[in-house]
Amino acid sequence: MTTVSAERLAAIFVEAADTLVDDFDLIEFLHMLTERATHLVGAAATGLVMADPRGRLEFMAASDEGARMLELFQLQNEEGPCLEAFTTGQPVINIDLAAAAGRWPRFAPRATSAGYQSVHAFPMRVRERVIGALNVFGDTKGGTFTGADVPIMQALTDIATIGLLQERTISQSEILTEQLQGALNSRIVVEQAKGAVAQACRVTVDEAFAVIRRFARDHNRKLTEVARAITEEPGLAARMIVR
Amino acid sequence: MATDDFLTHLCRTAAEALSASGVGISVMTDDGTRGVCAASDPLSERVEDLQFVMGEGPCIDAFAARRPVLVADLGGSAVHRRWPSYASAAMQDGIRAVFAFPLQVGAARLGILDVLRHQAGPLTDEQVPLALTFADLTVEVLLDRQVGAGNSDVTHAPAAVDVGHRAEIFQAQGMVMVQLGVSLGEALSRMRAHAYAENRPLDDVARDIVARRLHLDKD
Repeated sequence: MTTVSAERLAAIFVEAADTLVDDFDLIEFLHMLTERATHLVGAAATGLVMADPRGRLEFMAASDEGARMLELFQLQNEEGPCLEAFTTGQPVINIDLAAAAGRWPRFAPRATSAGYQSVHAFPMRVRERVIGALNVFGDTKGGTFTGADVPIMQALTDIATIGLLQERTISQSEILTEQLQGALNSRIVVEQAKGAVAQACRVTVDEAFAVIRRFARDHNRKLTEVARAITEEPGLAARMIVR
Repeated sequence: MATDDFLTHLCRTAAEALSASGVGISVMTDDGTRGVCAASDPLSERVEDLQFVMGEGPCIDAFAARRPVLVADLGGSAVHRRWPSYASAAMQDGIRAVFAFPLQVGAARLGILDVLRHQAGPLTDEQVPLALTFADLTVEVLLDRQVGAGNSDVTHAPAAVDVGHRAEIFQAQGMVMVQLGVSLGEALSRMRAHAYAENRPLDDVARDIVARRLHLDKD
């Protein structure tokens, strides 16, 4: 890959810092990060998973539908770079997917057939604990990380972790558990709202997500708040698309 | 009100497994229902009820914030500022630590499971996952009650049809909510009832709903 532009990197850090100042929406923030991370390193897609205290990984965000499907595929098949980064706490760098069938017999062929050629994964760490992982997919041969790319992507992953730990006094593991469970439940609310909008507006669940996200932005509301309102106000889902 | 045999048994089992002095389950819903539903023992039932009498406490905050509220020491000054009446009253009953876990599936809220202890100190890394599992089990029991599944079904339900954590289940839940004009909680109850009746995994049923191959009927 090409060397990361310092300007672009700075812009992302500024955007993240701006978001983190206020009461912000974690799910929207994580989606934004996956999109920026993808763009920054010229990758094809990025996905992010987080674990509950039982060590059960859950999908949290992805830059596009392809990455979302591959994250879910890893969780369902219990193999892949995200699981490896989560289990070992170490980054997984520059894996050539065409040669990775031995390492991930189910995941590698699936990712290759989806058009990806390389993959990287970075652990989300809080002190000694690993709470999730960020997955970067490349679609060109030689799309490999060099030099500063690895620490930069790890830094972006750390920003995602900071986003979760919005209460700065995260000295106790109780607060980490509270935050994680809250975040995972918010993700479920978004999935429920996607279903409601898909049904009411006759669109696919993936289109429904775009609809909800756009609605939240247009009305300057938090993504999770809008999602919750959809599950609580009968009729709101049907009004999401103006035809 | 705590006459529920199965959930009482669950509270006692949870209390023992978590080295707690007691466990209580309260039903709390968006329509304003509030009340103790089951407890491992009379003292836990009283402490559980305190929160509703005083209108404050970890359980009420956990319901509002939709995430666990874990209080390792009720004697702390910050805790006392947060719930002055509740903290004093619970400590008079000898309770020093309260861990409140929401009983919820996304936006569908059913209540709270409270773990009470006589000694201050956090739940261990092994106990937190266990408490979450007891909370999940309680959610499944409460969901199946909504569609009138009997206690005999409930005992084997978790192994047969897990609440699951697949995205399709939650998406299908939202779709059924709109299709049938029911609450989210009831939508999941209906899906589970259908899965039992057809003897199919909930995942499969959900996938068919999302793919629009399956429509659940109105009553």
